[in-house]
Amino acid sequence: MLAGMLFVPQRFLCLGIRTQLLKTVSSLRSFRFSALATMASKHKNAKRIEGLDSNVWVEFTKVAADPSIVNLGQGLPDISPPSYVKEELAKAAAVDRLNQYTRGFGHPALVKVLSQVYEKICGRKIDPYTDILVTVGGYGSLFSAMQALIEEGDEVIIIEPFYDCYEPMVKMAGAKPVFIPLRDKKAGNSASSADWVLDPTELASKFNSKTKAIILNTPHNPIGKVYTKEELQLIADLCIKHDSLCISDEVYEWLVYTGNKHIKIATLPGMWERTVTIGSAGKTYSVTGWKLGWSIGPQHLIKHLQVVQQNTLYTCSTPLQEALAQAFLIDFKRMDDPDCYFYSLSRELEGKRNRMAQLLQEVGLKPVIPDGGYFMIVDVSALDVDLSDMVEDRPYDYKFVTWMIKSKKLSAIPLTAFCGLETKEQFEKYIRFCFIKQDSTLDAAEMILKKWSKQTA
Amino acid sequence: MMAQLTGNCNEMEAKMSRPVQAQRLEGLDKNVWVEFVKLAATYPTVNLGQGFPDFSPPDFVKEAFVKAVSGENAMLHQYTRVFGHPALVTILARFFGKLLGQDIDPLTNVMVTVGAYEALFCCFQALVDSGDEVIIIEPYFDCYEPMVKMAGGTPVFIPLRPKTPAPGKLMSSGDWQLDPAELASKFTRRTKAIVLNSPNNPLGKVFSKKEMEIIADLCVKHDVLCFSDEVYEWLVYDGKKHIRIASLPGMWDRTITIGSAGKTFSATGWKVGWMFGPDHLVKHLRTVHQNCVYHCPTAAQEAVAQGFQREFEHYGKPESYFVQLPQELQQKRDRLVQSLLAVGMKPIIPEGTYFLIADLSDFKAEVPNLPDCEEPYDSRFIKWMIKNKGLAAIPVSAFYSTAQKRNFDHLIRFCFVKEEATLKAAEDILQQWKLKKTGP
Repeated sequence: MLAGMLFVPQRFLCLGIRTQLLKTVSSLRSFRFSALATMASKHKNAKRIEGLDSNVWVEFTKVAADPSIVNLGQGLPDISPPSYVKEELAKAAAVDRLNQYTRGFGHPALVKVLSQVYEKICGRKIDPYTDILVTVGGYGSLFSAMQALIEEGDEVIIIEPFYDCYEPMVKMAGAKPVFIPLRDKKAGNSASSADWVLDPTELASKFNSKTKAIILNTPHNPIGKVYTKEELQLIADLCIKHDSLCISDEVYEWLVYTGNKHIKIATLPGMWERTVTIGSAGKTYSVTGWKLGWSIGPQHLIKHLQVVQQNTLYTCSTPLQEALAQAFLIDFKRMDDPDCYFYSLSRELEGKRNRMAQLLQEVGLKPVIPDGGYFMIVDVSALDVDLSDMVEDRPYDYKFVTWMIKSKKLSAIPLTAFCGLETKEQFEKYIRFCFIKQDSTLDAAEMILKKWSKQTA
Repeated sequence: MMAQLTGNCNEMEAKMSRPVQAQRLEGLDKNVWVEFVKLAATYPTVNLGQGFPDFSPPDFVKEAFVKAVSGENAMLHQYTRVFGHPALVTILARFFGKLLGQDIDPLTNVMVTVGAYEALFCCFQALVDSGDEVIIIEPYFDCYEPMVKMAGGTPVFIPLRPKTPAPGKLMSSGDWQLDPAELASKFTRRTKAIVLNSPNNPLGKVFSKKEMEIIADLCVKHDVLCFSDEVYEWLVYDGKKHIRIASLPGMWDRTITIGSAGKTFSATGWKVGWMFGPDHLVKHLRTVHQNCVYHCPTAAQEAVAQGFQREFEHYGKPESYFVQLPQELQQKRDRLVQSLLAVGMKPIIPEGTYFLIADLSDFKAEVPNLPDCEEPYDSRFIKWMIKNKGLAAIPVSAFYSTAQKRNFDHLIRFCFVKEEATLKAAEDILQQWKLKKTGP
């Protein structure tokens, strides 16, 4: 009846009965309208976000927010950022003009020092104003790159397992994700992230005339793989052959362990002009809550990311950018010094990596030792936990993590959160632990794991 | 082999002939801020252009920020809840729930964004599709149009029309009004949403309850959504009242209300904004947000939460920042009005915001009218003024659709949320200018 009443006014207007219209509208006003919301297709979401509402983090961070749970799930450092980083932020907040808008594409002091740092690493001139964009975290750079360069009709190659946002971002840009898995060359017996490799023929088969870009993540989340020069060359050759772009997510660039070197694909011949390289303050300085990242690349690509920025959030936080600039200046000056935070953090984390690996090995598990990053994956099928009473239709690792959180008070992230539908079976026996945690957290994890192994023995 | 080579060549050509950037960016590359902010930074200017205070945020909020970043809780440097720091969404829900007389749930009805800008972006991305029409009232904050377009929508414009003020009275932003019949004609079956900005940037108009009811009635009648940009909600003068359209009958279920810590606490560089609305709409904005920036910085959210807590306790009292700031700004407004009148520019008295538009129609300007020039008059005028007078403002034609720019190109926007010294310096420039024109 209400629906009928809504459409009647149109006819009334045509008949020139305005007062009747006003009476009808004012009587409608007195009803609660929530019921009408369902009838209205105008309250429906835009097509671009259809099916993109679920998110593994929203689910698992909620569960692990309980302080009694030892949280090795989300990539959240519970170690303190270096004191000079915090001090610089307090200093910046005290300056009047640093509490107001700064340059939209990046605070001048910050883009200048970023260009200095990366010029040194890349061995090429980087213009701070045209070749750099400061974004809301590495996440914001990924989003800006996709919105700027990817659209309907494009295909984007994603290497599995992948940081979970790549797929929904590609879809939101209207494009088709094309997956290719890293494969364990030790066929289930991998002990190192280096065992996980791309099959060159398989990779070549994924490229075609529609391939707009490939997303590369090195060091890799979740496996911790650090791509070698040869592996990067393989990817580079295909990008050049098919004139594809490369979106290179290098947020863990400083976290590379002994015997490994982080190589920027943008430094390979023919790659600078087709690569957007992404970095993150959160990972560089253990300040994930600052949400500052950057995209670096050739002007002819970065200018489009800048257009996205001016139409999405316009500018990033000023005091945070100023503080980050000052911190970078401190470390830029000591880039040839082992005390530089970029290297000292890496050394600290290598120790934690080794400890984490040992803890897991002592309980009979076989962790995949990462060459970089601060995550470690482990195959839990050897524990042979019976989860048959968990009826919901979810992959094994999801059920395992849910069970582990509840019964062992230890959290991790299921690896299938990082895969496309086709490869779920391949990865559902793995879970991911984060080890950028203070000693007391790792101590607590050790206690749980030791107790657990006693129970299963 | 030749066929293969030719095939590859065709493939390459096809790809290379297409622009590298996505089509959604077409026509979106120009931006008034990028241009004029750069200019004001290049020349020594008294900057009354871009809208930001040149004084400090209030002490209680600055202290809260310093405490958050240097305090014992190092976790304030790490990720917080994706849809908004718990302390912040809780106080926002309580504060605005009270103002609207509406039950607002902090977890489902509120979301924190990177400035109000991102909240606007989420509205369009979440709810506007190709083929949807979005009504935009002119003059409008310039980002609405490109955001609608980037979402594939079609902006439908309707101008506020200036009425001649009563004799002897200066024009007020209240004299600029929508024609109800004209507004009604803009609603079609493709109309998805209307963007409302009250208090309005750049004009300073504060929509009255009656004006809002006309808009609300049409929204209800056509089942249209309302994106209500209320970032200047506290900056209303002359005893005027800011009406929240979401509080009108039938509107809560179809309105997203947007606010800004930058404007509320004079801290534009913090980029903390929020929105609230019914869950069935906010959930779609959450989907966009989690696929776009994901988290917002933590420490500033903590500080804004503290700020709101303090204001909640002092609400309506003389020591409330929300009472003091508009009082201070009203005086600055009145002072700027006098300075502009003295030099022969005609100010349009704003009922709200910290912007003021001056009409140059009767101003004997050194900048000639060039009817064939593509660049609007006000833009040329301001560039001249920046270089020759050291005073910056923003061209009002930037806040109009292409079709209307020519009709409103003799208006310039001044920002008066500036400290005394800045306004005095502007006054001096205007005085000197007047002397130069009128001679000894």
